[in-house]
Amino acid sequence: MNKKKLYSAWFLVPTLLVFGTLFLLPMATSFFFSLTVWNLRDFTFVGLENFKMFLKEGSLNIGIRNTLVYALCGCSMKLVLAFFIAVFLNSGIRSKHLLRAVVFFPNLVSTVAVGITFKALMHPSKGLFNRVLELMGLARVDWLGNPDLALFSVVGTDVWKGVGVATVIYIAGMQAIDKTYYEAAAIDGATGAQRLLYLTLPLCRPAMHSVMILAFIGGLRSFDLIWSMTGGGPGFATDVLASVIYKQYAEGFYGLSTAGNVIMLGLIMLLAFPLQKFLLSREAD
Amino acid sequence: MKKKKRRYLLGDIIGICMAFVLFVIPFLFLIFNSLKDRKEANLLRLSPPTVWQWGNYREVLAAGNGIIFTAFKNSILISAGAVALLILFSSMTGYVLQRRKDRLTKVVNVVILMGLMIPPAILPTIWILKGLHIYKTLAGIILVETALQTPFSVMLYRGFIASVPAELEEAGVIDGCGPFALYRRIVFPLLKPVTATVIILNSVSVFNDFMNPLYFMPGRDNTTVQLTLYNFMGQYSSSYHLLFADVMLITLPMLLLFLVFNKKIVDGMVAGAVKG
Repeated sequence: MNKKKLYSAWFLVPTLLVFGTLFLLPMATSFFFSLTVWNLRDFTFVGLENFKMFLKEGSLNIGIRNTLVYALCGCSMKLVLAFFIAVFLNSGIRSKHLLRAVVFFPNLVSTVAVGITFKALMHPSKGLFNRVLELMGLARVDWLGNPDLALFSVVGTDVWKGVGVATVIYIAGMQAIDKTYYEAAAIDGATGAQRLLYLTLPLCRPAMHSVMILAFIGGLRSFDLIWSMTGGGPGFATDVLASVIYKQYAEGFYGLSTAGNVIMLGLIMLLAFPLQKFLLSREAD
Repeated sequence: MKKKKRRYLLGDIIGICMAFVLFVIPFLFLIFNSLKDRKEANLLRLSPPTVWQWGNYREVLAAGNGIIFTAFKNSILISAGAVALLILFSSMTGYVLQRRKDRLTKVVNVVILMGLMIPPAILPTIWILKGLHIYKTLAGIILVETALQTPFSVMLYRGFIASVPAELEEAGVIDGCGPFALYRRIVFPLLKPVTATVIILNSVSVFNDFMNPLYFMPGRDNTTVQLTLYNFMGQYSSSYHLLFADVMLITLPMLLLFLVFNKKIVDGMVAGAVKG
């Protein structure tokens, strides 16, 4: 039997049907509906009005800025923190398996639950965070109420929840490194710091790339945590694209909401795809 | 050697202390406060309850005519439905995409992998669901979740099938299997390990999904676990004991799952991340 018959294209049909109708088709039509004023039934074509509004209106374009800040901060913090946690948990300490499990577990907890918990911990007057600050003789901080700080408080929570995945990816990458390199380095008298800098760091680059892409795209798309912790507030200080899309939908501005979706897609194409390509090309060397 | 041992011991101590402060205390805070009475819980302190109020959990379960039970039922149905479709559809797709390399499979592969990065277009999805008359139904959201998890599941299957020897299929053909019998009788049973990963990871992400139910299942009666949790946050803003009891009820199944399938979950996530 030839390959075409044996591995029949019919096997692909169910997936293509579901994925095509509920992912590809919406994506394709979103380009059109983002150019309309729309109520899911009738539409009026308005050209680029929605996009112009999105870029002009302060309460909307702050979403673009915040999305970028959120993704960049979250991604870089996970990238760095997880590396050191992974080095630590990949050493000879006896509790490493237990600690790996503990660091990883928050990832399985629902994001809304994490949001609720940290919102309580960050309560301005009685939250645990501020209690600790007071015990140390420092002033209270309004974690989620201060518009300059709120976004970073949410990013911090995001890192708390997501650093575990990054860590286990790094650990897998480090365990794949050939042990003989370290033996050779030890014979040459390399110090621990030198081994870390000249062996571990360059050799776990593929893992680092996975972490970077995953965390960056996750950051660009994030919604649940922001929505459960601040709802985009105070004011619009923590609104990201995903929350703007939801707000416009809830207000009935369907065309504007779809335009937000297209902008998010554009950001990912513009930033994440080239990043992915760049990282892959570096891996090939 | 002795010096090294002492350093590791020091590492153990520091590591455990840090993990306790950063990762255990938030959960202790939740557990303790979910078992206090209302006044004590609203102080948001990290002390054990003076009187352990197990009745809080009963109160949460009874809230809103037992809406939590409806929510659990719906969330379990959605997860189970999506996972069943994903196993069936994605294994078939991953199988053919791995075994057959021509223009068609190359295009399908690229299109599906794109779904790992690109955000779903939400309102047009609602528009299509409405057109199919499955908006606000369990069937609708099961299909949406299936579509969204397809890229990840196909990738896991495709990666695993690369390690299954094709000789078994040749033997099956000689014994007279047609394409579908071959798949059902010989290939699919060999995929058990990756199927287990697909089941666990997808149930977790569908069960924990908040955004899609928010858009595709609005309304009070056909709610999901994450939506009730979100609504409780508004309703119980001054009854932290009940809010935290609800959070605990939702977190416990995940904890049990993790205690049993720790390795499977971690390995699956790493495999998914590295191959993507």
